[in-house]
Amino acid sequence: MTPDEDVALVEALRRGDEKAFAALVDRYHSSLLRLAMSYVATREQAEDVVQETWLGVLNGIDRFEGRSSLKTWIFRILVNRAKTKGVRERRSVPFSSLEGDGDENQPSVDASRFQEGGRSAGAWSAPPESWEGIPEDRLLSGETRMVVEEAIALLPAMQRAVITLRDVRGFTAQEACDVLGLTEANQRVLLHRARSKVRARLEEYLSAEPAGVGG
Amino acid sequence: MTFRRHGLTCQQVVELVTEYLDGVMEPRRRARFEAHLDGCDGCTAYLEQFRSTVAVIGRLDVGDVPAPVMSELLSAFRNWSDDRDGA
Repeated sequence: MTPDEDVALVEALRRGDEKAFAALVDRYHSSLLRLAMSYVATREQAEDVVQETWLGVLNGIDRFEGRSSLKTWIFRILVNRAKTKGVRERRSVPFSSLEGDGDENQPSVDASRFQEGGRSAGAWSAPPESWEGIPEDRLLSGETRMVVEEAIALLPAMQRAVITLRDVRGFTAQEACDVLGLTEANQRVLLHRARSKVRARLEEYLSAEPAGVGG
Repeated sequence: MTFRRHGLTCQQVVELVTEYLDGVMEPRRRARFEAHLDGCDGCTAYLEQFRSTVAVIGRLDVGDVPAPVMSELLSAFRNWSDDRDGA
């Protein structure tokens, strides 16, 4: 949304335009729920956090000054609520993991796939194969997307939060940093770790024979 | 045949892909990165896989708002709006 659209929407909310509110909920609710899941232990808690977020949006709308986009402002409210709730409910995610996930120094690709010594150290020994031959309907099939969903669900909390905003929801790097309170460099490390793991899982899945074709 | 193409190994290239795709690479580093890609099928395939991965993630369903949730929120909105009018 452009700043002008934000202003129009905020004015509509302030004068009680229900349709405007419904459109806003439609646009962001599911993404808010996804993000909340990174901070709290259960889906039920995440749903509560999103509910509280919407009430927070309404109660704070008169204080919204447009210094950030409406979108960023809403997602920041969510993160604040979710952190509070996560702490209050002694969520299983350790608090330190709200900054990083601790495995940022792991390689993106397993070291066993590169040559170890000599002049060609660091060159591929088992290079990835091109996916160009994979039909698009397999790449975008429900099953492939399920594999990706599962891979994302297994990511540590902050990696999941960053990839959700950046790649599922299309936030810019700056927007993701504003929402999550990360530096740009830290955000990028988390995103890279997350994408690398999802790619590895996808490579493993796609290199197996498609179901029903034998093998 | 040289494997440390332009000073970057394949193992180093795979760590730089997100920085590259975000367009925030310092120009000299970017030139070295692209020069490596030009001569390396493995890294070219890797970059393509990475891009496809990001594209598939972008196609995940964000999901609809369940009707009971929406009606609960709209009712909260009406209460909020009525309170304001009454204030």
